[in-house]
Amino acid sequence: MSILVLAEHDNASLKSATLHAVTAAQKIGGEIHILVAGAGAQGAADAAAKVAGVAKVLLADDAIYGHALAENVAKLIVGLAGNYSHILSAATVNGKNILPRASALLDVQQISEISAVESADTFVRPTYAGNAMTTVQSSDKIKIITVRATAFDAAAETGGSAAIEKVASGGDAGLSKFLGQEVQKTERPELTSARIVVSGGRGMQSGENFKMLEEVADKLGAAVGASRAAVDAGFVPNDYQVGQTGKIVAPDLYVAVGISGAIQHLAGMKDSKVIVAINKDEDAPIFQVADYGLVADLFTAVPELAKELNK
Amino acid sequence: MKVLVAVKRVIDANVKVRVKADGTGVETQNVKMSMNPFCEIATEEAVRLKEAGKVTEIVAVSLGNAQCAETIRTALAMGADRGIHVQTDVELQPLAVAKLLKAVVDKEQPGLVILGKQAIDDDSNQTGQMLSALLGWPQATFASKLVLNDNATANVTREVDGGLETIEVKTPFVMTTDLRLNEPRYASLPNIMKAKKKPIDALTPEQLGVDPTPRLKTLKVAEPPKRSAGIKVKSVAELVDKLKNEAKVI
Ligand SMILES: Cc1cc2nc3c(=O)[nH]c(=O)nc-3n(C[C@H](O)[C@H](O)[C@H](O)COP(=O)(O)OP(=O)(O)OC[C@H]3O[C@@H](n4cnc5c(N)ncnc54)[C@H](O)[C@@H]3O)c2cc1C
Ligand SMILES: Nc1ncnc2c1ncn2[C@@H]1O[C@H](COP(=O)(O)O)[C@@H](O)[C@H]1O
Repeated sequence: MSILVLAEHDNASLKSATLHAVTAAQKIGGEIHILVAGAGAQGAADAAAKVAGVAKVLLADDAIYGHALAENVAKLIVGLAGNYSHILSAATVNGKNILPRASALLDVQQISEISAVESADTFVRPTYAGNAMTTVQSSDKIKIITVRATAFDAAAETGGSAAIEKVASGGDAGLSKFLGQEVQKTERPELTSARIVVSGGRGMQSGENFKMLEEVADKLGAAVGASRAAVDAGFVPNDYQVGQTGKIVAPDLYVAVGISGAIQHLAGMKDSKVIVAINKDEDAPIFQVADYGLVADLFTAVPELAKELNK
Repeated sequence: MKVLVAVKRVIDANVKVRVKADGTGVETQNVKMSMNPFCEIATEEAVRLKEAGKVTEIVAVSLGNAQCAETIRTALAMGADRGIHVQTDVELQPLAVAKLLKAVVDKEQPGLVILGKQAIDDDSNQTGQMLSALLGWPQATFASKLVLNDNATANVTREVDGGLETIEVKTPFVMTTDLRLNEPRYASLPNIMKAKKKPIDALTPEQLGVDPTPRLKTLKVAEPPKRSAGIKVKSVAELVDKLKNEAKVI
């Protein structure tokens, strides 16, 4: 059995989401190969080759993979699929965009966002915003799977010495073109891999007020997240959203400020190790999952928290 | 141009979903059902395109049991022109839905198919990608903005992990909606009345030549582990003390 893991990367380096997908592959068992499809992606391939437990890295280096267009990457995967019993990717936006396309081309029913491996053909996945854990068994010849990163530890970044094999480009499908991007630049850690996350909700009232949270986040070395309501209101960019339809996080510490705790928000953070909630409504549902709840007005509590952390 | 929207009937987003005691699924008896929120956004986008004169006809498609016709009615009340109901009691998984939708697309020849990015029951996030693969069309997933160009292309802004990205796709194409594409309207009473007169065609998987048999067998459905209730702290100082000395996370 060989398992292909599609790398999440920025050409220069490997994203940590890939390391979690590698651990899921290890649980399935078999020889693990990482596919790096990119443009000028030697750096990412070198990083992938060092990951513990990886036997081989396949590098498809071509300008057409520069922006991970699904039509092109899926085509590449389909060409390689014959050698594999399983094809995995982290459930990042790229993974979710590309893998179902490859799946349909291979006539396979993908298994989305698994949170546990029961055996080589049986997996557990959250459904209904995490309210039902569903165990499914696949009858397909190839198992195509996206992996919920927070449910699997990261594989060690070093210790491996896999060979890097160049694979031919799968060719340009000619269906779509990358035009541009608006990427949020931040010195803070990435939301999905941060050890601490401080999130704000509608209670923050404005984007300006998020500065208070950023101050606390910077003292803690934390990432900043948000509820959907805060994103929809334009307080913060879309990629801050935590939840069923945003990012799934499970940091050591999650601080929810002015967030009511709707089921769709909880779906994205309730596996955090320690949860703190600051809310002026003592009946807010967020308190039902919080290890430490503080009933207070955030406009006094958050500045106080910043001060207290200075001590 | 004709637009097809795929609308799924799901347990309403505000319902607290409960797992059945026998572990075979979730309770659906006497539970409020609604159109999947992302499908409302898909329908709204199609209606706006029609209002802007870019689209001539909107066809709403739903697949599943008899009650899915109600979900199609909702789309018709929002402004879709007619419905197609692919009727079956078989459990439909995304690959089967994509194959059935492909067969419908082959008959209807739309220039654009809009789906939700995700159904909030199975949380699969697959069907749109699969449909575009089967059609050999481009895919524009997680869309937060759509601009149809005059030269048979469209610019679509997508919500990606690092922010936003814009791609250009050739028409025909498949788009899946993210939350911020638009805010769906409520159907007005007159429009709900009008929708009752709009036609819904019924089809079966057999008529479409598709075998919808599920590939994934559900072995068990279980409740997620519960978090034990925590404590309320009285002050910020106590909170910081607990985080430092009890939880040891800062
Ligand atoms: C299909 C679908 C998908 C969704 N996906 C997501 C998702 O991925 N992520 C997500 O977060 N939501 C999601 N939602 C939305 C979700 O249902 C809630 O609407 C949203 O999470 C509410 O955000 P909120 O808690 O910030 O706002 P509210 O529910 O309005 O809560 C604001 C809270 O702030 C408190 N507050 C106000 N002022 C203060 C103050 N001065 N001091 C202290 N506390 C204060 C209030 O007591 C209240 O509890 C989704 C909904 C749907 C239908
Ligand atoms: N049974 C169905 N009927 C109509 N549309 C569907 C159905 N299943 C999935 N879809 C469409 O596919 C989208 C994504 O669903 P999924 O891939 O299951 O998360 C939904 O938002 C719908 O637009």
